[in-house]
This record gives sequence, structure tokens and C-alpha cells, in this order.
Amino acid sequence: MLYRENGQFKTRYVDDAQIFPIRQDRLFIGAVLLIAFVAVPLLGSDYLLRALLVPFLILALAAIGLNVLVGYCGQISLGTGAFMAVGAYAAFNLMVRLPGMPLLIALVLGGLIAALAGMVFGLPSLRIRGLYLAVATLAAQFFSDWVFAHVPWLTNGSSSGSVTAPQLQVFGFVIDSPIRKYLFCLAILSVLALLVKNLVRGRKGREWMATRDMDVAASVIGISPVRAKLSAFAVSSFIVGIAGALWAFVHLGSWEPAAFNIDLSLKLLFMIIIGGLGSVMGSLFGAAFIVLLPIFLNRLLSFLGLQASTSFISHLELMTFGVLIVLFLIAEPHGMAKLWSTAKNKLRLWPFPH
Amino acid sequence: MGFFIETIIAGLMSGVLYALIALGFVLIYKASGVFNFAQGAMVLFAALAMARLQEHMPWPLAFLLAFAIMVVLAWLIERLVLRHLINQEGVTLLMATLGVAYFLEGLGQMVWGDDIYPIDLGMPKQPTIMLESLIPGGILVSNEDLIAAGSAAALVALLTLFFQKSGVGRALRAVADDHQAAQSIGIPLSRMWVIVWSIAGLVALVTGMIWGSKLGVQFSLSLIALKGLPVVILGGLTSVPGAIVGGLIVGLGEKLAEVYLGPLLGGGIESWFAYLLALLVLLARPQGLFGERIIDRV
Repeated sequence: MLYRENGQFKTRYVDDAQIFPIRQDRLFIGAVLLIAFVAVPLLGSDYLLRALLVPFLILALAAIGLNVLVGYCGQISLGTGAFMAVGAYAAFNLMVRLPGMPLLIALVLGGLIAALAGMVFGLPSLRIRGLYLAVATLAAQFFSDWVFAHVPWLTNGSSSGSVTAPQLQVFGFVIDSPIRKYLFCLAILSVLALLVKNLVRGRKGREWMATRDMDVAASVIGISPVRAKLSAFAVSSFIVGIAGALWAFVHLGSWEPAAFNIDLSLKLLFMIIIGGLGSVMGSLFGAAFIVLLPIFLNRLLSFLGLQASTSFISHLELMTFGVLIVLFLIAEPHGMAKLWSTAKNKLRLWPFPH
Repeated sequence: MGFFIETIIAGLMSGVLYALIALGFVLIYKASGVFNFAQGAMVLFAALAMARLQEHMPWPLAFLLAFAIMVVLAWLIERLVLRHLINQEGVTLLMATLGVAYFLEGLGQMVWGDDIYPIDLGMPKQPTIMLESLIPGGILVSNEDLIAAGSAAALVALLTLFFQKSGVGRALRAVADDHQAAQSIGIPLSRMWVIVWSIAGLVALVTGMIWGSKLGVQFSLSLIALKGLPVVILGGLTSVPGAIVGGLIVGLGEKLAEVYLGPLLGGGIESWFAYLLALLVLLARPQGLFGERIIDRV
């Protein structure tokens, strides 16, 4: 009853082509944005902003980027961490070597360099696919782990690749407090999420999805698989690279190549699988799930009054993580985004389903 | 010259171990179409079990007991995970095995402890010097490595015999060829999966045992699975000989590269060289060296 498009007539083509064609969706998104931009910074504690929301926003951004590649274009990638590292180190070099480089431009250029790297490591996708490709993308992961630790030029001469972010400043505002960090990440996430949402509705997104669903059929109707796949790698790596730079600059502050290791790549893959492949909303859900899970487990243990050693907790965390992943895959292989859309469909008829 | 040959031998020795890991991947992939990311965790789990059990009993007994544990584990995985995921996409199954891997890593360390544990198989530690008459100084070969390579080869030979000659082996090959056809002539699919996961558990146990007796059993053991992945795609996901040849190529290439290219590039290139090698092979032969040629356009 609440969520129903009755009476919302579309009289112009523009109405039909909106991102959110249903008024309730628009209101919902508006409310979410309002809460996120105004209410949360006013009410949230520093801990909440710094330890939960900032990592969530950045990982959600990375998950959206990965979802472009895996969810929309169907190319499995296990090397996301590598592209995050490329984005982070590229932005770092730009900031350090070119004094006066504005942060936003450094981020975008970092993303572009990551996109380039993504296209290079995406080249094997033209020859191989599926699991073979997944393993091939691991090459990117291990190569980046090595190259940032061993080539001093890339890390401005620091040994073992550990570097510290320069001071962050946007339009005269220094990004130092948790609230400013939060708002900065939120703004970037909102802009890029909107961009992706639009991109996947358009020509490019349809090319990706056609390639994902059946590449032979896609090329028969005139979609070049080369361009579809490489553009997916480029767009995905661009977003992932920006997320990597944010992760390094805003969340970590100082970091080393191991911050972008295979664990991070696998976690991102979990996010989009649990959240839902081929869904921007799902990426957000998945990121929230993965960020909250360890904290929730910790709280649960202390709530139950279990005095456990840290190693016990970390093992338990691993086990729970594994079990939850398997359970999720069994219960809802299409992820939380599917639950979300089921809920929306139910709401359309609720409370009078007949 | 002696050093060169030693390098080659060392490369082939580690190649045998890579081949063992790859074998675990290939067996499961062939029989159930699952790309088993948990193979590394299984190696860790089996080795931990073996190392801790061995503190209380002679090692052959510990080996048998650890194998029994792996069989139970295989049964549980089939029962609780795979059975519910029939007909899912490859990537979903891959993720599920990742979940299993996390679980096993946590469980293994929780039950068996998270220190470094030795496995002592009573193998001779001192090296032998060979071919002294041909090359000045001779060639140094570690006896341990020789026995390890020998037992790995024996295991591969046994498995080949089992697959080619025994009834169960035939059934397994039938399942690998075509699930539906196998089922329609009365081969119980779920039991075959338990068997093949048990065999992969055995392979994991042997790998963990050999590797653990060299370096001690510790968490990093689960990471060697990542070394097995390039071997698998190099040799082809569906080919047992491919796993073996691929393992030898990767082991050899890695050692030679580390020794002769490493100093030029700053060392530590072992971590990605195998992947580079695999990528180059894939560009020429997308199905790997020995993989089934699936004709489709990419």
C-alpha cells in the first residue's frame, strides 16, 4: 500500500527514463541521503564515524567497483587489492612529487592510473575466462604485493613500501576530524555510486550484461567483446583505485603494501556475493555486513561473558565467518539485494495481498 | 655446473610438492566441478592433526588417524555444504569453498593449537653427495627431499592405478566425464563426492606431512595452496598429468628465476613468477597445457 506506483503516470519519455521511476524510491533515497549527510554527523560518536562508517563507506565504494566487473560484466577478479594498491600509491606519488596537487585531482588521476593497470591485467580476459581468469587475476595481486615492496621509485624511496599520507585538504578544508573524513568519503561514494547506477542502465551497462549473459550472442548483435570487457575492467579499476586511495589516505593514514593483500581482495569478493552480484545496493549491504560482522562477534562474546584469549577470538571469528558465508550461499545465493527486492515486491501488495 | 644441477634438482623437488597440491585441486574439480579453494586449509588442518597426534603415538598410527579425520571431514563437507549447492554457478561454489577454508583454518588452530609443530618421520637429515666423479665437488642432494619426492611419486602412481583399475576409480572417472550419464547408470553421485574429497584429503595430508616435516607445521602452510593455483591452470584444470608436469615446470622455473633473475630484480620474485609463467602459457593455450579443449569463443 505504501510502496505502490499506482497513480504515478509517466507522460513524458524523461519520466520513463529516470533512475528511480517510483516516487517512493526517490523519497527513500532522499531520506537516506539526508540522514547520512546531516543526522549521522550530528549524532554519531567519533568512534562510530572513525571505526565503522568510514571503513564501511570506502569498502562499499570498492565493492561497487568490483561489482561492475564481476556482477555486471561477469569477469571474476581475485586481484582487487592490487588495483586498490595502484590507486593508493599513484595518488600518493602525485601528491608527494607534485607539490600543490589538489587532493581530488590526485584521487581521480590515481583512479585513472589504476584503470590503466586494470586494463593491462584485463587483457587475459580476452583469451580465457571463468576460473582460469580468476587465477590469472591473482597474478595482479601477487605482482603488486611484490612491486610496491621492492621498487623504491614507486614509493618515493621508502624502504619496504611503507608510506604516510600527506595532509589532506579539499577546497581549504583540512580533512582531519572523523566527521570531515566521514563526509568526504560519503560525498565521493554518493557521486560514484550515482555514476555507476547510471552507467549500468545505459548503453555501456547493457553491453556488459549482454557479454556476461552470453558473449557469443552479444557479439552477434554487434557488441565488441574486447571493448565491453576492457571497459568493464577500466571502470571497475577506476572506482576501486579511488577506493584504494581513500582507504590509504583517509582510513589508514600510513600503510604498507600488505594493507592491500589477498585477504582484502577476498573480502571484497565476499561483499558482493553476500550483497548480491549486479546490484549497487547489494554492494552497500555486503560491505556493511563484512564490516559489522567482526565487531558484532566481539560484542556477542563479551555479552555472553566469555573471557577468551585474543587468538581464540580470532579463530572463532574465522570459523563464524566461514559458516556464515556458506549459510548465506545456501540460503540466498543471489545475496541480500535479492532479499531487498523480494521485500519491495511484497510491500507493493501489503497489507492486502489479494 | 654443479650449482646449476643442484638448482634444477631443488626446483624439481619443490615442483613435486606443488604437483601434489595441484593434484588435490584437479581431483575435486574433475569429479564435482568445484574449484576447491579450501585445499590449502585442508593441508594445514591435516598437517596440524598429524603433528599433534604424533606427539602421543608412532607416526604411522597418527597418519591413519589423521586420514580418518579427513574422511569424516569430507563426509561433512559433502553433507552440509555441497549437497545444498548443486547446480549453482562456479563462482558460488568457489566462494563456498572459501568459506570452508576460513572455517577449517579457524577450527584447525582452535582444536590443535596455533604454534609451530614439528613432524618427525625419522627421515635422514644429512645430505648425500652424488656424481663426485663427473663434476668437481659433486652435487649436494638432501636425502629428505629424495624420500619426499619418492613418496609423492608413489602416491601419484597409486592414485593413477586406483583411477584406472578399480571399480570405484572407474565410477569416479564416469562422474568426472558426465554427471548425468553417471547418475543414470546408477552411480551414487553423493558417495562419489565423499570419496573424491577423501582422496583430496589424503593428498592434503601427504602434502602437509612432507612440507611440515621440512619446515614445521604452521599457519603459513595454508598459503601454499596459492602456489598450487598457477600450477593448476598451467597444467589444465582437468588433467592429472597436467598437474604433475605443471608442478615440475613451476618448481623448476621458479628456482631458476629466483637464482638467476632474482638478483637483477631485487629478490623475492618467487611469489609471482609462477603466475607470470601460467599467464604466458594461457595466452598461447587457454585451456592449459593438458586441459580438455573446450571449444568456445571468448
